[in-house]
Amino acid sequence: MRKIWNLIGGVHPPENKHQSVKDSVGSLPLPEKLIIPLNQHIGAPSKAIVAIGDKVLKGQVLANPKGVLSAGVHAPTSGLVSDIGDHPIPHPSGMSAHCITLIPDGEDQWIAHEGLSNYRDHVPEKLLEIIRLSGVAGLGGAGFPTAVKLNPQKPISTLILNGTECEPYITSDDMLMREHPEDIVQGIEILSYILGDPKEVVIGVEDNKPEAYAALKSYLKNTTIELATFETRYPSGGEKQLIQILTGTEVPAKGLPSDIGIACLNVGTAYAVYRAIVFGEPLISRITTVTGKACTINRNYEILIGTPISHLLKHNAFNKKNCSRLIVGGPMMGFALENLDIPVIKTTNCILAPSEEEFPSPQPAQACIRCGMCAEACPASLLPQQLLWYAQSKNYEKLEVQNLADCIECGACSYVCPSNIPLVQYYRASKGEMKKQAEEKVSADRARQRFEFQKNRKEKEIFAKKVQRDVRLKAAAQANKTSGTEGIIQAALDRAEAKKSSPEDQHSRSTRRIARFEDQLRSAQEKLESLKEGVTSDQHEQAKAAVEDAKIRLAEAISSHGLSMPISNPSETPDSASEAITRAQAKVTIQAGLSDEEKLCNTIVSLTARLEKATTRLEIAKTEGSEHIDAFTVAADKLKEKLATAEADLSKIRT
Amino acid sequence: MYDIIIQHPLYSALLALAGLSVIFGGILGYAAIKFKVEGDPIVQQIDKLLPQTQCGQCGYPGCKPYAQAIADGDTINKCPPGGQTTINAIADLLDVDAPSLDSEHGEESDTRTIAYIREDECIGCTKCIQACPVDAILGAAKLMHTVIVSECTGCDLCVDPCPVDCIDMLPVRKGLSDWKWGLPPSVREQLTPSKLSDIIASDTNGANTP
Repeated sequence: MRKIWNLIGGVHPPENKHQSVKDSVGSLPLPEKLIIPLNQHIGAPSKAIVAIGDKVLKGQVLANPKGVLSAGVHAPTSGLVSDIGDHPIPHPSGMSAHCITLIPDGEDQWIAHEGLSNYRDHVPEKLLEIIRLSGVAGLGGAGFPTAVKLNPQKPISTLILNGTECEPYITSDDMLMREHPEDIVQGIEILSYILGDPKEVVIGVEDNKPEAYAALKSYLKNTTIELATFETRYPSGGEKQLIQILTGTEVPAKGLPSDIGIACLNVGTAYAVYRAIVFGEPLISRITTVTGKACTINRNYEILIGTPISHLLKHNAFNKKNCSRLIVGGPMMGFALENLDIPVIKTTNCILAPSEEEFPSPQPAQACIRCGMCAEACPASLLPQQLLWYAQSKNYEKLEVQNLADCIECGACSYVCPSNIPLVQYYRASKGEMKKQAEEKVSADRARQRFEFQKNRKEKEIFAKKVQRDVRLKAAAQANKTSGTEGIIQAALDRAEAKKSSPEDQHSRSTRRIARFEDQLRSAQEKLESLKEGVTSDQHEQAKAAVEDAKIRLAEAISSHGLSMPISNPSETPDSASEAITRAQAKVTIQAGLSDEEKLCNTIVSLTARLEKATTRLEIAKTEGSEHIDAFTVAADKLKEKLATAEADLSKIRT
Repeated sequence: MYDIIIQHPLYSALLALAGLSVIFGGILGYAAIKFKVEGDPIVQQIDKLLPQTQCGQCGYPGCKPYAQAIADGDTINKCPPGGQTTINAIADLLDVDAPSLDSEHGEESDTRTIAYIREDECIGCTKCIQACPVDAILGAAKLMHTVIVSECTGCDLCVDPCPVDCIDMLPVRKGLSDWKWGLPPSVREQLTPSKLSDIIASDTNGANTP
């Protein structure tokens, strides 16, 4: 027998479960229309893949999951898609969301579907994909996509199945366990296989469901699955609370059960997984309790997803006059509805229509008397009255310190409050505000980043422009300086100055140059030697030319070395500078003295010489059959062109 | 040593104090260098409280310059997008009285708006792109521009430069994801005057006393 830990806090309101378990799970005739919301789960809404006017079969995909945290949506029966658009959905805001409206054709014709005969022949990833595409989401209340839950980042050592159903009035899981225990057990085995066969698999059932307990027990004989039962106390069915009761460990604040190696799923989800894997049936219906004294018939039904609540109530002799308020979910955590046209979705476990005497209007809230009953009832070990003060004064920092985020909104504190303070409403409002503020902070941070980035960028641009302008200014000044006679003389003077400034330097540099050229000459000669035999004349010629070239360079270097020898008589140095100046001056005068005509003549002469060379080269290439003939031809043609333009210019000037 | 101290109690006390001050002065001097805080932390703290719309309604070219100005002694009630909440938060931080918003700089508005470019009318002049303080407008010269909705802060600095007036500031559509529970009515709001007499005086903080 498993050790059972005690639930921290908690309350025990009147159960009121007996009314709805007298009859077996019933079924209802097809409604006139089905309204199927695209977002029935936590995460991104799925993406519709049908269009208005499409005929669909039962089980056909209406919308595919979008992103990882999402689940698909399927046609609950065969019929015609009459509308895709906004429609009120079961949400406390009473707001609308994207829905697909389906008009049933009454034939209830299944699309071809097939399950896996032996799921253990397939890898878990394949099963996960089937579950994801079958639209299975947690049926316990939150609607977390099951495929995501079954693919945790950490290894799972304990799988817990939640058959607690701790909230008063609701009996849908109870009836499911009574009527389909074998299917649930098979579903659990599939879940266990997907999670890598965890060491422990436990089903938790409260002790107010002896029939369900007995039904499950009889199918667990040949399995390793444990069945644990414990005291009926609200909210033992909360995920964190059930984990605490069955294992004695707590899920860390802001953490997930998988952080401590635990996965917790509802028994209804296990059943849906079983249908999806073994029969290939997507999640298109669920068991929902219809109860409360305003309905004459209290019973569970297997209801198609998308059935309007008005259709459900019509078949249960709903007396609107007697109903204090219509609630989706249980009395503790459910929310009131105004619009009866909204549909049943994957997470709708109960429709509660209580009479005035069952659910009188709430008494006006009075001041907190600091009795501390809420703190005793809180299953998350929080301090509800402190949270109330801070929520009233909108002190969100303190709420954060008091761990408001760990509140599971179970309503136990509001239930026990002698002053009728709607505590949970304060917490929900504060949580919403804190979430909004956090989001605003994120976007403000991003805006700050973007603003600062832009500022940096603009500064950089301005700086780059300034640098460019400076460079241009400098270049312009330089151009001014060097253009004209004075410029050339100045440049020559500068050069002379540079030479004068470091004769030793010059000397050592030219010595190095001589050494380098000597090396080059030596290596060229060596190469020539080595090439002497067995080579083409081309290569030989090349090598010879290289040797000649090296010789010339060496000679030049030696002669210039002589010039730059450190001179003992410093009075000679200015002479070389003045010589350079005279040379430069002469050059400038010559160039300045030349008329355009003469310049052109010079150009023509040089071009003719080059052309001649090019033609001879081309001839040689042709006789040798070299592969560069084309290149030579092009070069010669270009030179011819240039010559022609020069001649034309000359004739223009002359006329 | 002991004798000297006994003989010159005044000098030895002075010496001891002088020694202590040298030691602690050294420690403080070292700490001032070693644990020096870069930047001006108060500017950053104020900047964190500002809404980062970068709208310039305060008269400064962005939130950070205004934060700097506040740190230098400017008034804290020049930020209409932040509204009274921001003023209160800054007043809290600086430990000063919270003034009401200076209406000269604009009115506080409950509905958040963002820019929307009527794309058919856009001529691609890039003027709005240059005006946007957070680079939230996408486009190129002579090509249609559009606003990156998730990055727009609603500062409306792009509206004015537009030569063809094709930018609208539209309220953000409130969807399901923006919905949140409201706070329940307070004890005082719940009680009608007839019910006030039913409860004891301290419950309503003296609301029923004349």
